[in-house]
Amino acid sequence: MSGSASDGAPRLEAFVAHVADRIDGGARFCGLLAVPASEGTRLVAILAWGTALRAESVSLPEAGLTFPSLTSRIPGANWYEREIHDLYGLEPAGHPQLDPLVLPLARGADRPCPGSGAPGRPVELDCRPPPSRLSGQGVFTIPYGPVRSGVFESVEYQVETPGEDIPSVRTRVFYKHRGIEARFEGMDVADGALLAERVEGVASVAHAVAYCGAIEQIAGVEVPEGAGLVRVVHAELERVANHLDSTIRHAEAAGQAVAFARLTLHKERLLRLRGALCGSRFGRGVVIPGGVASGMAMATRELFAALDELQRDIRSDLRMLMATPSFVDRLRGTGVIPPALAAQYGAVGPLGRGSGQTDDARLARPYAGYLQLGNQLVDVRSEGDALARQRVRIDEIEGAFHLVRQAADQLDDRREAHGPWSIPVGGFTSGEGLGWAEAPQGEVFYFVSMRGGRLVRVKPRSASFHNLGLFRAAFPRDILTDFAFIEASFGLSVAGVAG
Amino acid sequence: MPWIPRGLREGIVTTRYPRRPDGYGPRFNAAVVVRPGPHDAATLAAAAAACPTGAIAVAGVPASGPAEGVGRDASAGGVALDRGRCVLCGRCTDLAPGVFGFDPSFEIAGITRDTLVVPRRPETDRAIAATRTELGRRTRALRRSVHIRHVDAGSDGADEWEIAALTNPVYDVQRLGIFFTASPRHADLLLATGTGTAAMLGPLRETYEVMPEPKIVIAAGVDAVSGGLVGRGYATSGGIGDAVPVDVWVPGAPASPFGLLSAILLALDLLPAAHGAGVAPPPSTPGRAAPAPAPEGDPIPGVGA
Ligand code: SF4
Repeated sequence: MSGSASDGAPRLEAFVAHVADRIDGGARFCGLLAVPASEGTRLVAILAWGTALRAESVSLPEAGLTFPSLTSRIPGANWYEREIHDLYGLEPAGHPQLDPLVLPLARGADRPCPGSGAPGRPVELDCRPPPSRLSGQGVFTIPYGPVRSGVFESVEYQVETPGEDIPSVRTRVFYKHRGIEARFEGMDVADGALLAERVEGVASVAHAVAYCGAIEQIAGVEVPEGAGLVRVVHAELERVANHLDSTIRHAEAAGQAVAFARLTLHKERLLRLRGALCGSRFGRGVVIPGGVASGMAMATRELFAALDELQRDIRSDLRMLMATPSFVDRLRGTGVIPPALAAQYGAVGPLGRGSGQTDDARLARPYAGYLQLGNQLVDVRSEGDALARQRVRIDEIEGAFHLVRQAADQLDDRREAHGPWSIPVGGFTSGEGLGWAEAPQGEVFYFVSMRGGRLVRVKPRSASFHNLGLFRAAFPRDILTDFAFIEASFGLSVAGVAG
Repeated sequence: MPWIPRGLREGIVTTRYPRRPDGYGPRFNAAVVVRPGPHDAATLAAAAAACPTGAIAVAGVPASGPAEGVGRDASAGGVALDRGRCVLCGRCTDLAPGVFGFDPSFEIAGITRDTLVVPRRPETDRAIAATRTELGRRTRALRRSVHIRHVDAGSDGADEWEIAALTNPVYDVQRLGIFFTASPRHADLLLATGTGTAAMLGPLRETYEVMPEPKIVIAAGVDAVSGGLVGRGYATSGGIGDAVPVDVWVPGAPASPFGLLSAILLALDLLPAAHGAGVAPPPSTPGRAAPAPAPEGDPIPGVGA
């Protein structure tokens, strides 16, 4: 569905109703974004149904600065509308709490409007916290961050404690806002892939795959089978690294010193293995539009030997960790996201799968590489606590090792006949596309529009952004003692949220 | 307590660096080296044009965009490469393997921004000798124990993984008297990452200001050095150098744990004087540049070099 700009308000209301109906009919809400058009702005809702992500869009009237908020019918739209307000100045009428999210501009400052071709002058910010939502006696606010106590990404959590009542957490992610969407503008497709790797640097491979998926859709290019398999190898090793990292943070919070040391050792071994495969400990430079830069710089036999040893050690230590009561007890019942809430928000990744949501882009919307491989069924859990998320991650580590072996095996079989590693994408392509991947954090998608081979509007949407909207819902209990566990169990990267 | 025997199971995994050379082995790309010329002008121009961050300057070709400033160093062999901008994408090494090559040696940090430009000119080396002496004097009191405060000023998230890795059993920086601290008032060394976002410059500066003297600032990774691929924009200032006085600049995208460790040791004047000059030594003049440290065998089980 798309609408012209001529008949304003009724069209917009109809758009909201249409999107909401789709979701009632079983589609999952994945995001909402703004795309500058020659006249006015287009609002694009991204929905998952069937085996693809689909865009539904409507044009705002040329001078229109408001649109009806979707949040009352689609709670997951809340953060997206705040982001659109920050970046474009468009106001979602009826939004419950339109605080700045990614860019707290000073009053009267110009909006950056990524994709509009506007020059990016340095912005003036007003980082003062908005007034407290809670009222009454004895309400006080404890700020954590933005400089954290440890080697973490910058983010600020403001914990409001109203005496005896349940405290609430306000997440302030804008400290790291780099204006990355505007940075894509004008790049060629190859440079865009390098930038996509840096949107959320711990999930570089997944971001590059999703970005390139959009470019390949626009160019009408099919990735060579061998290239798809190489992508799987790197993406699955990235998954193991991230799931280990989240487990490491759990172990640290629980004071499990030996487990912490051993898991950090395994993570280092894994990053070295990734470095040996491609030269980068983060798999950077592997995925390029149309395929991969090259095959793997390691013989399959050597790779398998390294995988066997690593998997054996990781499995053994994780088994021991999950049999350590003082560890498991800290996660059980902590940070519960009930399945109904997860469904309502369309929670993705291990967060969703720990709360009863089956969606996994590798299975539901298979993309290059995964099409050729056997299904790894994901064991969904319904407890919704940090322990469920930890168990999902452990299962996924096993699944990831299996997929790497399968992919490497198939690559080996076709070594003689793998053909080219990439298909050139046309130099002067124009159009719009959507690409996606299952990052360790969950579904990531890219909306890309390009003209004459140059990027015009690129909107990366990380799983971290989508899931962090649920963060405050995870705190029904004692905030101060559970905080580190809940944060680690969400397993998100701030870079991917702040944009 | 069943965990206790596990703590010892791997035996000695810890690197002996800096006492002994160590490395990932030949397949890790720590930096790009520029081979001695002369080189074909057209090849050089093609590589410079392909570089996504304008890190390559070619003599006689006016540098465009971010490459300005590198150009004046395009003397030796007609080409210069700014590792402070290089994101290690491999385009130049693919296009012009006779000129550019990946190198595993990681002692690539510099105590002035200029020293990240390779090949390094002898003038640069002479000019930094005084700076190095001064820095060494300033940090002498910290050599036995140094406390680090890390601040993320707009990284992509990977830099933090590499910094956190310094405390894993392989690097185990505590053995060298290097510790991380939460309190800036107890910190001697500010380890900053990221492109310098508008909202983080304030907190970064405040952290620096409350640190006691003597204090050192390390810009970790190309994002912190130059903004990297993100560069300057409406919300970023192209690195952290405008906000705090940087003592040591570390290339890398992100900076690797060995790169970070050698940078910390450089700040404390604990690295040997022959410090990576970024030029593969021509066979006729052995010893002109620090040789790549010979890997002493991978101490880590499961990952063959
Ligand atoms: S490897 Fe570095 S210098 Fe070479 S093209 Fe890439 S960014 Fe530029």
